[in-house]
Amino acid sequence: MTALPPFAARFQDVEVTFPRSWTAGANGTAYRVPGSTALDGVTCDVPAGQITGLLGRNGAGKSTMLGLLAAFRRPTGGTVLTGPDGDLRDPWEDAALTSAILLVQESGDVFHDQKVAATLAYYADLRPEWDAGYAEELLDLFEVPLRTKPSALSRGKKSALAATLGLAARAPLTIFDEVYLGMDTPTRFAFYDALLADYAEHPRTIVLSSHLVEETERLFEHVVLVDRGRVVFAEPAEELRSRASSLTGPTAVVEDLAAGHEVLHRQHLGPTTRITVNGALSDDDARAAAAAGATIGHEGLESLFVHLTRTSREAPATRVPDTDRAPARKEELR
Amino acid sequence: MFDGPEPIYLQIAQMIRAQVLSGELDEEDQVMSTTQFATTFRINPATAQKAFGQLVEEQVLYKRRGLGMFVAPGARERLRADLRERYFDEVLGPALAQASLLGISADDIVAYVGGHRPSNGSAARHEEES
Repeated sequence: MTALPPFAARFQDVEVTFPRSWTAGANGTAYRVPGSTALDGVTCDVPAGQITGLLGRNGAGKSTMLGLLAAFRRPTGGTVLTGPDGDLRDPWEDAALTSAILLVQESGDVFHDQKVAATLAYYADLRPEWDAGYAEELLDLFEVPLRTKPSALSRGKKSALAATLGLAARAPLTIFDEVYLGMDTPTRFAFYDALLADYAEHPRTIVLSSHLVEETERLFEHVVLVDRGRVVFAEPAEELRSRASSLTGPTAVVEDLAAGHEVLHRQHLGPTTRITVNGALSDDDARAAAAAGATIGHEGLESLFVHLTRTSREAPATRVPDTDRAPARKEELR
Repeated sequence: MFDGPEPIYLQIAQMIRAQVLSGELDEEDQVMSTTQFATTFRINPATAQKAFGQLVEEQVLYKRRGLGMFVAPGARERLRADLRERYFDEVLGPALAQASLLGISADDIVAYVGGHRPSNGSAARHEEES
């Protein structure tokens, strides 16, 4: 079996809406459930052969996007395309494509009431690139016994089993939908390490959805941030690292420096203000800041995530800048 | 590791440069593979690859087909020459500017340097474990 090349994927103006429906209440009354929009004009690319992070808050539309990629559902509008780079097509009902796409959900798709070994045998039949030796190695690492039924496993072990299936299948498009949720920290790190090591040896396209931004951002080569059904940005990860900057200093000075920039966040502490702006500051800005007694800091991806996805209700009260977190990012003057 | 504000690939490149400069990595020594970098520091292999690419361009590293990345002959000298050229502008200049801001006199600085000058040439080598 020749291995397929890593898949790319593209969302073009994709909409997913759920229609109004009726549901029965406990006393037999019928309730109308209002329709809702899960994705609203999503356009972005998933580059072939890279690890893409799909970031977003709960309910942002991450799982809906991943379900579309795996052809578990069809969009209400727009198109979703996947396939080898340069040969993208609609994956819906396309066995040649879907057999090369694996969507791993939190507890995996497993035979709950049969031994783990039965699920492994099933995946071995179904997945052309399945590596049985590697699967057993991973289950050993995660301490998931082969002779136990998934229904008897703890939540963390279920997630570890799901992660194992995702890695050992080596699908050209492997999608992990918050698969780490049940795992404790050491297990999550073991999963990240296994993912990186196996990805380096067997290059393929991996999409990992997450809201643990700080923990996962370094795994990504590409990042897509979705919020309330829309793409906020889709960019190479390295470019995002230095995208937001902060200015700290006397209020008048800082406000002056921030003029003309998109302000993401403003904190006041007596006469001192800290403003987070979207975008890197120029050398001229840096010199002006230094001359006026303000400091320029760099904000990580997590800060960008928090500021760009905050709702108006969550606008924070004025508080002391949180200098105890990641101090290296705050004081640096460039 | 690599918690600074710059892109991680720049920080990796900087770490390797420092190791070459200090002699921790000798000429013709093999550096860690992208896979080792990725799993050791839990970063995307492409990030390490990008750092290597930059160092190859700077002639600090070179690639041996099928074997991996090695420290280029003359890399240490090249780095020393480059950093020496930039030392006054990038290191001493800002330090002296800060001194003048704090009212530290030139005499104080000269006295400090006189008391701490390392014996000729021996300061370059650190035997530091990473």
